[in-house]
Amino acid sequence: MSKKKTDATPEKNTAAKAAPEKTGSASAISATPPESVSATSASAAAPVNAALSADERVELYRRMVRIRRFEERSLRAYQSKKIGGFLHLYIGQEAVAVGCCSLMGKDDHVITAYRDHGHAIAVGMDTKPLMAELYGKVTGCSKGKGGSMHYFDPTRNFWGGHGIVGGQVPLGTGLAYAIKYRGLKGAAMAFMGDGAVNQGAVHEAYNLASLWDLPVIFVIENNGYSMGTSQARSSAGELATRAAGYDMKWEVINGHDLYEVRAKMDALLRRAREESKPAVVEIKTYRYRGHSVADPDKTYRNKAEIEEYQRTKDPITLFRTMLLAEGHLTDELVDKIDAEARSEADFAADFAEASPFPTADDIQRDVYWEADNPAQRVSGGRLFFN
Amino acid sequence: MPIITYREALRHAMAEELTRDENVVILGEEVAQFRGAYKVTEGLLEKFGPKRIVDTPISEAGFVGMGVGAAMLGIRPVIELMFWSFYSVAFDQIVNNAANIRYMSGGQINCPIVIRGPANGGTNVGATHSHTPENILAHHPGVKVVVPATPHDAKGLLKSAIRDNDPVFFLENTILYGLEGEVPAEEYLVPLGHADIKREGTDLTIVSYGRPVIQSLAAAQQLQQEHGLSVEIVDLRTIRPLDIDTVLKSVAKTHRVLIVEEQRPFASVGSQLAYMIQNEAFDELDAPIQRLGTIDAPAIYSPPVEIEQLPNSQRILKAALAAASA
Repeated sequence: MSKKKTDATPEKNTAAKAAPEKTGSASAISATPPESVSATSASAAAPVNAALSADERVELYRRMVRIRRFEERSLRAYQSKKIGGFLHLYIGQEAVAVGCCSLMGKDDHVITAYRDHGHAIAVGMDTKPLMAELYGKVTGCSKGKGGSMHYFDPTRNFWGGHGIVGGQVPLGTGLAYAIKYRGLKGAAMAFMGDGAVNQGAVHEAYNLASLWDLPVIFVIENNGYSMGTSQARSSAGELATRAAGYDMKWEVINGHDLYEVRAKMDALLRRAREESKPAVVEIKTYRYRGHSVADPDKTYRNKAEIEEYQRTKDPITLFRTMLLAEGHLTDELVDKIDAEARSEADFAADFAEASPFPTADDIQRDVYWEADNPAQRVSGGRLFFN
Repeated sequence: MPIITYREALRHAMAEELTRDENVVILGEEVAQFRGAYKVTEGLLEKFGPKRIVDTPISEAGFVGMGVGAAMLGIRPVIELMFWSFYSVAFDQIVNNAANIRYMSGGQINCPIVIRGPANGGTNVGATHSHTPENILAHHPGVKVVVPATPHDAKGLLKSAIRDNDPVFFLENTILYGLEGEVPAEEYLVPLGHADIKREGTDLTIVSYGRPVIQSLAAAQQLQQEHGLSVEIVDLRTIRPLDIDTVLKSVAKTHRVLIVEEQRPFASVGSQLAYMIQNEAFDELDAPIQRLGTIDAPAIYSPPVEIEQLPNSQRILKAALAAASA
């Protein structure tokens, strides 16, 4: 049986298991690009990229750096037990969220799974309420009720942050349904990990989207592992081409190359908005950390594999190399952006630290619209039972 | 007052709300061209067109989840499950998404969805098609659960459900679809969370909802005629929010309670009711609270035996006599 796969290494290859992971700065962006890092992208000339101003390019770079530094800071907070629950880090995948979300127009919407910090920052959410949410503080973007997996900001067309693998994909289809119902020229992007492709709900969503020509792009962020199970052990066949069975267009994208993400997604988003057509994209990417921080990532892949990615395919290093070559970035600016991103993350952590927790009274708020709007309450009876 | 069926009452409720609010859409298996598996949506496609009345594939997780996503953006989907028994196929979307989204988002997102369709047994369709999930649904904070017993209540409650900003699960009863009753010609609403005294009495309170209300009414008639027993019947109409105060008031009047439900007894709506009554009206009780429900086993197919498994007027009558003389 042929298994054409990503670069993901099946778990049998653990012979070269390396030294224990360092903590702290989880994924340093290499200071000088090694030779293997390309200073060009075939997609740089695509209209959507060619049209970018120098400032816009720098902003895309800055956003990726901000995501990484935010997450590294959150990791430290987690390790010092300031943060509970799970923490699914996005480190290594930054070009996907930043590339896709940078294309959003006013009627475009985004929904994602539990690895949602990158998308939240990419749509423009302030990092202070994001960090406060991790700390379980009332100043968090979900008032401390959602946690890491449940970030939301409907004012930025960002609909979460969902904890069940694949469960958000029908919701994303519903966003597209609403866009079409209203006659708007918008599109929904429903992000999922590669593990989600085997969930029935995803296939049901594919079928509905294609059957009804809904403007939704199903974005599979393929980082090679469904939690700790490599693709070779979890997914039959190719991920993107499953779309063919639903008569949907599909595309495979190099997720290490921000320009390529933007170029290919732009074409699909335009088609979705103008022709109301769905598509499936598989964006090949990689995560440097474990499935979550609680998953020490020691049993299913080896350190050498991770280091190889960091050395040759880091999306931030790659984009920086290109911007330096294009003359849009300088070394001074690189340092400045990095320093600002670090202090922004520290500032967010300070803000979170200083914020109050929700009170016990807050437990039963935000459960029912009706309970929170007593002046307009029409129903009787008891809503809560204790 | 015009007399129409429970089925027609539901249809009228949807038609009125479709007319009133262009955000209302009807989605479900066979709701449009087939005119509804139980003909509840008959005629709506002709009147409102295929944009508003939409046939879905047999794909409950997909279209329920899609409805939740659309509701997050302000559409007000009314989703028909061909059988409420199929809630299990869409359970993740119902409890993790519809029920939780407002809470997890810190109150930023509402989910004004209605999921409706026939529930319960009594039509000899066996274990997979005879679920009574109201306790399981109502267990989840964030949702409302409605079970109407009469055409009047069915129409007024469904209209309220469609206007509600929280997710409402609306459980109809297959056998009641043909039940006729008086329904006002003019527009009206029955607000959620208000129990109704379906019959006044002084000797025993029967607390019930859904089809057993109708069966209890027949039993109460016989109890009055043959045993001189005066039975009060409280129809909850809504399981969550729950109008326990009306129940307690009735208990204070009769001092004896029989709970009748089409649920199996373990961890049912009735078990919660019994707890609340004893907790909040212990001094009013002259006898232990009695319960009657479905005999604890999966729904049996065999038609004459299924009648015995479910509450029926004769079983209710026997249980009421026992409760009244305890």
